[in-house]
Amino acid sequence: MKLHSYLLRRLLLSIFVLVGLSIVIFIIARVVPGDPARMALGPRAPQFAVDALREEMHLDKPLVAQYYYWIKGVATGDLGRSLVTKRGVLEDIMEFLPATMELVMVSAIFVIVFSILFGALAARYKDKWVDSVIRIMAYTGVAVPSFVLAVLFVLIFGYLWPVIPALGRLSAGVQPPVSITGLLTIDSLLTGDFPVFWDALKHLFLPALALAIGPIFQEARIIRSAMTDNMGKDYVAAAVGYGIPNHIIMGKYLLKPSLIPAVSVMGLDIASLMGNAFLVEVIFNWPGISRYGMEAMLRKDLNAISAVIIVFGLIFVLVNILVDLIVAYLDPRIRLGGKL
Amino acid sequence: MNANLQPASDINVPSFAARFKEGFRKKWYKFSRNKLSVAGLVIVLAIVMAAVLAPYITPYPEHAGKFVDYGNASLAPSATHPFGTDIFGRDILSRIIFAFRGALLMAVLVLAIAVPVGVFLGLLAGYYKGSLLDTIIMRVTDIFLSVPPLLLALAIAAVLEPNLTNAMIAITIMWWPWYTRLVYGMATSLRNEYFVTAAELIGASKFHILFREILPNCLSPIFTKMALDVGWVILIGAALSFVGLGEQPPTPALGQMVSDGTRYMPDLWWMTVFPSLAIAVMILGFNLLGDGVRDMLAKGEHDHE
Amino acid sequence: MSNPVLEIKNLHVWYRTYGGYSRVLDGVNLHVYKGEKVGLVGEAGCGKTTTMRSVLRILPEGQAHIPEGQILYHGNDILKMKPRELQQVRTRGISMIFQEPAAALNPVFTVGTQMFDVIKYSGLSKEESRKDNIKRLAIQAIKEVYIPDPERILNCYPNQLSGGMKQRICIAMAIVTARELLIADEPGTSLDVTIQDQVHRLLRGLVEKKEMSLIMITHSLGVARELTDRIYVMYAGNIVEVARTSDLFANPLHPYTLGLLSSVPKLTGGGVAEGIYGRIPDYLRPPGGCRFHPRCPRAVQRCREEKPLLRDLGDGHQVACFQV
Repeated sequence: MKLHSYLLRRLLLSIFVLVGLSIVIFIIARVVPGDPARMALGPRAPQFAVDALREEMHLDKPLVAQYYYWIKGVATGDLGRSLVTKRGVLEDIMEFLPATMELVMVSAIFVIVFSILFGALAARYKDKWVDSVIRIMAYTGVAVPSFVLAVLFVLIFGYLWPVIPALGRLSAGVQPPVSITGLLTIDSLLTGDFPVFWDALKHLFLPALALAIGPIFQEARIIRSAMTDNMGKDYVAAAVGYGIPNHIIMGKYLLKPSLIPAVSVMGLDIASLMGNAFLVEVIFNWPGISRYGMEAMLRKDLNAISAVIIVFGLIFVLVNILVDLIVAYLDPRIRLGGKL
Repeated sequence: MNANLQPASDINVPSFAARFKEGFRKKWYKFSRNKLSVAGLVIVLAIVMAAVLAPYITPYPEHAGKFVDYGNASLAPSATHPFGTDIFGRDILSRIIFAFRGALLMAVLVLAIAVPVGVFLGLLAGYYKGSLLDTIIMRVTDIFLSVPPLLLALAIAAVLEPNLTNAMIAITIMWWPWYTRLVYGMATSLRNEYFVTAAELIGASKFHILFREILPNCLSPIFTKMALDVGWVILIGAALSFVGLGEQPPTPALGQMVSDGTRYMPDLWWMTVFPSLAIAVMILGFNLLGDGVRDMLAKGEHDHE
Repeated sequence: MSNPVLEIKNLHVWYRTYGGYSRVLDGVNLHVYKGEKVGLVGEAGCGKTTTMRSVLRILPEGQAHIPEGQILYHGNDILKMKPRELQQVRTRGISMIFQEPAAALNPVFTVGTQMFDVIKYSGLSKEESRKDNIKRLAIQAIKEVYIPDPERILNCYPNQLSGGMKQRICIAMAIVTARELLIADEPGTSLDVTIQDQVHRLLRGLVEKKEMSLIMITHSLGVARELTDRIYVMYAGNIVEVARTSDLFANPLHPYTLGLLSSVPKLTGGGVAEGIYGRIPDYLRPPGGCRFHPRCPRAVQRCREEKPLLRDLGDGHQVACFQV
């Protein structure tokens, strides 16, 4: 199978997944709750208001028609009105998404850089103390949930040892830069406002780290075990036998094939990163879409819940396409397929 | 003198008991070679024992429910309350031990439902690869795997009434697809093996082929994944309870205790720190144990010339 | 005669396993002279590959353990070499071809990338390691193993090539810079019979042309007979018989050698080959005395108690057996 047909297939699959996801969300947000209108307005709302909302939400029509109206809205960007903020959900998402994207991107960078570094180090010094330290860190890192880490970070750095800011996106009194991308670090760089850039970066550090630690060590272990497995392969023995220096073997001949399994699960890891961002944003008081979604969930704001899940599903699908591209780049067996 | 020329002499079939013992010895060797796995086993056993015997071993079993003693509220850790007390004067150690019960129950029930369902669907889809059944099962699986698991569980739990049962339902709903995908991959290759073809040719029932020919060959990865998953289920459960979507107060749950404590940081730090550590130790124990099980069930590695 | 290029003396190699040490090599002795073609013959699992991998020190790290023995390359012990000296041996002295060409080539790099690195790190002078020179050497090596269109091959990934092509590429990589000794570990076993023959002929041609020494590992006496000057017969980590190829076939002495010869089906008929009863022993608990005694039709009490050493029966024909 050639690359483009492989990608085309993945793309079609993604579209299918998104449609399926919309049905799942529809079921969660519209069918399971019984009467979403009553749920939205609360038990004390007068019946006529509930009836009016039911009609507005097309709840008086059959399920298929309800889905049709809802998905038509979604496709045209009309995600409905948030019952909590009383604004359009799309508006809310546009406001809160960049903060989350910034956080997730920074932690993704942490994950990529440190997992490769630690994984390669552990494999290089297999069964030596470096490996043991990384292994112990890995067990701890995976065992401590990101929300617990976040709580501990806030406790330590927010109260006991305030060397680095633990709450919010910017220090009080710092004027945010003109919004261009919505990402504070990028915007402040674009406007040349370095103090703000530095402040934003410092605020990103702890939440991004809380999110990244688990995945860093999980990926590091995947890379380590792939590398140690591959160390036993003949092609490594052959390369050693040909007299190729150790650092070239480790950094090139061993690393590239060993990254493939790690990259393949990287998509899933980024997904769990976004899931965990839900709790971490709440704890760090990070004004992102996750905190928005969390509040929506606790207040049963169904339009907002469905919109948030759709946005996350969309991001996840995009990340996975990206991951597929990287894997195809790394692995010629996927890129080129069969014999010459 | 040349007894070795008689084939019978080296066909020495050990008894079943001996083989079982040998197999167990080998497995235990593989498991115990890693001291961390043994540590995990000890941690897990200790937690399970503590949870089962909670009413008898905790210093203040009555503190696990609705109990108020403002005279002893917000005490720092001491000899009488090793982990301190919360704002209602309840012993945190006792509450943590009782909270293990909910966490363990959740892990066991979620896996007890999600694994059979996921495995069964995976077997079906894998064996009937290319059929409509395969397409339906696997595409639905794809959909469930396409959202962050915690997010979906949160959404489901949020729409339902917040309690332990619904949290379990929410986690179960997002957990089975992983097993479906795992078994699917194995079943699609196993169905082309000769022993499956042979069973088909002698007219064995589909039930026999799925559960007696294919399933036994998938067990080891399934068990490995289950062992590694216990920690994850506990983690997600703790996350749900952290945001108030799990066990409701006054019944203690680990995530809920952490989140209660955050409101009194940093002064009543013990309200947050000890439940956090309890979560970490519990997950750590199960992860170490899971790794040991994986090593134990792994093939090869030492089988070379 | 001059000094041997490679001399292995009393080599022991053990592997750590869950049941204890697996004592695979039990005192192997072997030498190769310049330009000599030597065969190392024995059934699967008898330690041939282990012996040859210890020569390049590419045994699995952490598992293999060498309690005793020397591997002398021009008189210097490879086992005691510092990384720099070892690198010299690997880049200039000895290279190895593996049994499984598909496994010996890295699947995620092009043939060119892999070959260029082999040349680049072989200790060339600055002048020689210019990019165009490296490429020229690679193309020349590919031509030498009779693959057409080298330019295109350099841009291929291993899985785009057939098994025979892959093995030729491995050979090309082993000879791309000058080496004194080539170790070929059953290079034909994983290939079709016709391809196998081509690869063997190619190897012999190259070794003769470049005046290299060759150690040919094989389980087939037939292959050894065609390709080698001298044969070492190996059983369960011991060399049991050494002889010039013609002598060995004219006058095989060790019961194991006889068994190997009788297990070759004869074209002249005579029914099924006799073969040797039994299997290679368990290296965790190897039999005492002569390791072959449990399978040997001529074993006596002494064989169980005492280990027979190689004895010279004249003209370089050596055998390790009390009954000869």
